[in-house]
Amino acid sequence: MLLSPALAISAVLFTLGVAGVLFRRNVIVIFMCVELMLNAVNLTFVALAQGLGVGGQVFVFFVMAVAAAEAAVGLAIILAVYRHKQSVSLQNMNLLKDG
Amino acid sequence: MTGTAVDLIWLAPALALLGFVANGALVFVRPTAKTLVSVIGAGVLLAAFAVSIAVVSSFDADAPVVFRYWSWIPVGTLQVDFAFQVDQLSAVMLLVVTGVGSLIHLFSIGYMKEDPGYARYFAYLNLFVFFMLVLVLGASFPVMFVGWEGVGLCSYLLIGFWFSEQANANAGRKAFIMNRIGDFGFMVAMFIIFWTTGSLDFGTVFSHAPTALVAGGSTVTAITLFLFLGCTGKSAQIPLYTWLPDAMAGPTPVSALIHAATMVTAGVYLVARCNVLFAMAPVSSAVVAGVGALTALFAATIALKQWDIKKVLAYSTISQLGYMFLGVGTGAISAGIFHLTTHAFFKALLFLGSGSVIFAMHRAYHHTHAHEDAQDMRNMGGLSRYMPWTTGLMWIATLAIAGVPPLAGFFSKDEILTAAFARGSTQPVWLVFWALALVAALLTAFYMTRLMLYTFHGPNRTGEKEQAHLHEAPWSMTGPLVVLGVLSAAGGLLNVPTLYHGSAWLHHWLEPVTQPSAALLPEAHLASGSEWLLVGVAVATAVIGIVGAWRLLKPEGLVAARSAPEERGFARVLRDKWYVDEIYDALIVRPLVWLSREVLWEQVDQRVIDGATVNGVARGARALGWANRWLQTGQVGMYVAAFVVGVLLVLWRAIG
Repeated sequence: MLLSPALAISAVLFTLGVAGVLFRRNVIVIFMCVELMLNAVNLTFVALAQGLGVGGQVFVFFVMAVAAAEAAVGLAIILAVYRHKQSVSLQNMNLLKDG
Repeated sequence: MTGTAVDLIWLAPALALLGFVANGALVFVRPTAKTLVSVIGAGVLLAAFAVSIAVVSSFDADAPVVFRYWSWIPVGTLQVDFAFQVDQLSAVMLLVVTGVGSLIHLFSIGYMKEDPGYARYFAYLNLFVFFMLVLVLGASFPVMFVGWEGVGLCSYLLIGFWFSEQANANAGRKAFIMNRIGDFGFMVAMFIIFWTTGSLDFGTVFSHAPTALVAGGSTVTAITLFLFLGCTGKSAQIPLYTWLPDAMAGPTPVSALIHAATMVTAGVYLVARCNVLFAMAPVSSAVVAGVGALTALFAATIALKQWDIKKVLAYSTISQLGYMFLGVGTGAISAGIFHLTTHAFFKALLFLGSGSVIFAMHRAYHHTHAHEDAQDMRNMGGLSRYMPWTTGLMWIATLAIAGVPPLAGFFSKDEILTAAFARGSTQPVWLVFWALALVAALLTAFYMTRLMLYTFHGPNRTGEKEQAHLHEAPWSMTGPLVVLGVLSAAGGLLNVPTLYHGSAWLHHWLEPVTQPSAALLPEAHLASGSEWLLVGVAVATAVIGIVGAWRLLKPEGLVAARSAPEERGFARVLRDKWYVDEIYDALIVRPLVWLSREVLWEQVDQRVIDGATVNGVARGARALGWANRWLQTGQVGMYVAAFVVGVLLVLWRAIG
């Protein structure tokens, strides 16, 4: 079957996601990269479910549900921050640091 | 319970405690109600005296009667009941404490009349009597110790009664601290007693001691020496005597009651109570007798050159307490207790007499607004013209303390000297003690005559204007003096030795108590010829002392304290009390203060405890926070990077 290519693509997608989170400044892009990582994991689940049973496929639905909820909350936060700061750049989100 | 008046024994301390509570309440509610305070203060004492007489007269058991009131300390094998015990020894103490105490309470009514702290004074005095009764009635070491500490507390409170003067407050503290050193000995002795005999009840300890302890062994010696350390504190013996002269800062009736007649004799009572233990420890007995004889002489030398009338009497008290310890250390328990009793009479009389003098002097100086020392004998002189009653009564007490027959002190002092001399026939060291005590007797006669001579005879040095205001104290004060005068004169009848065909009543009365030690240590007896010789020597000593002082000292040559010249040479050494206070200060107090301040405070406390521990922890936390501060950049990117690196590390550990 196509297990090895599927896992390889999944790994590449995941790494792209991590790299995006690490190196991009735009919060919306980072958010998209997080989604990319989630979907890379989903791909792994589906691929491995072929050989290991239906559990992996069921889990994908959970991840999708959680990702949808997370998207709603995350986008709401970003919107709120934008209203406050007129910016969606990570560099401007440093309220936790003193001085 | 015996079904007789002895059952009422609890009433005596309870009455005193009631007096304390009532007067203590009046201090806060109505401190000016002096009549009420006097009625309560002296009334409860007279009632307690009546109870004591009823108890003692109906007591005729050979064994101690013990009343257990409640279980006080039940801890494992340690079972201490709060219990009182009536026996012949506590009966004697009971009568002395309540009897002399009543007289002194009556005297105080007049003496303290003008004092703003009147109610507080009587509250303390009643509390003192309560604790003193607990001390002499306690049926076990811990109960006695409660009384022992309680009288120490009252002593402290009353020495510092006029605490607004720094010197008086210091004197109180000194007394308290010196007594703590002694109390440490008492407590260690209690621990060893419990450890070896398994009990702290007098009855059990004294009946088990001969079997549980080896006679002459190191354990019983340690117990008795530690007990005696307690005695040296409470009864002002070398080396812990220095607090007693300073204790004269308190009101004079307090000096009479606490620092002459009752509390300071607690040590003698303790040795007499534990006579079995001391009889089993010959070394300790010799130490007791030796310290007693040495103290008797040492304090008498200091008394020779004191000018403060109360200081002379204070050193005289220390000296006489030394005699008592010589007596009980020699094994002549009844002689020691006899001297304790007669001393309570004549020394209370002397102190109250001096109180009457000070009262008159103070009043005279108060009238003329002069600021002279009302206690300095150089300011007195010729007072016999103004105070004939006090003079006569003081002379009775002086002759009694000097040992002139047939007054009280003669019999008791002579019995102690004879006992020491008799013991010397087998152990020569007791002859040394006897000689020391004999010289002390000579000095006693000398300094007491000096006191009388300078105070009551010769020309008056009080001052021209003041003389008009010098007169006898009111009858409420002279009355108790007369009673004490009669007791000082006739007190010897309690125990007229068989040598004069007397009945030696006190000696036989105390036999049930002293019997165990007398069995271990048979009293040495002298031939009646040598006894007569000793009596002759003692009387001659007293007479030489009195006549010598009368001939040598010239009150005409004295000048008032204000313009008196400084003593020189040896007289100055004696006036400055052999510099013992200074020596203690240099050897003990200063090194201790230095150690506390320089090492314990500035190094251990400030550097180690405060610096390294308390502030060190805080400083460490701050340093850690300062270091971690650099990790908190506030940049989300940094946190995510750290998170990724962390996950990678965990994965690497998990997989690799």
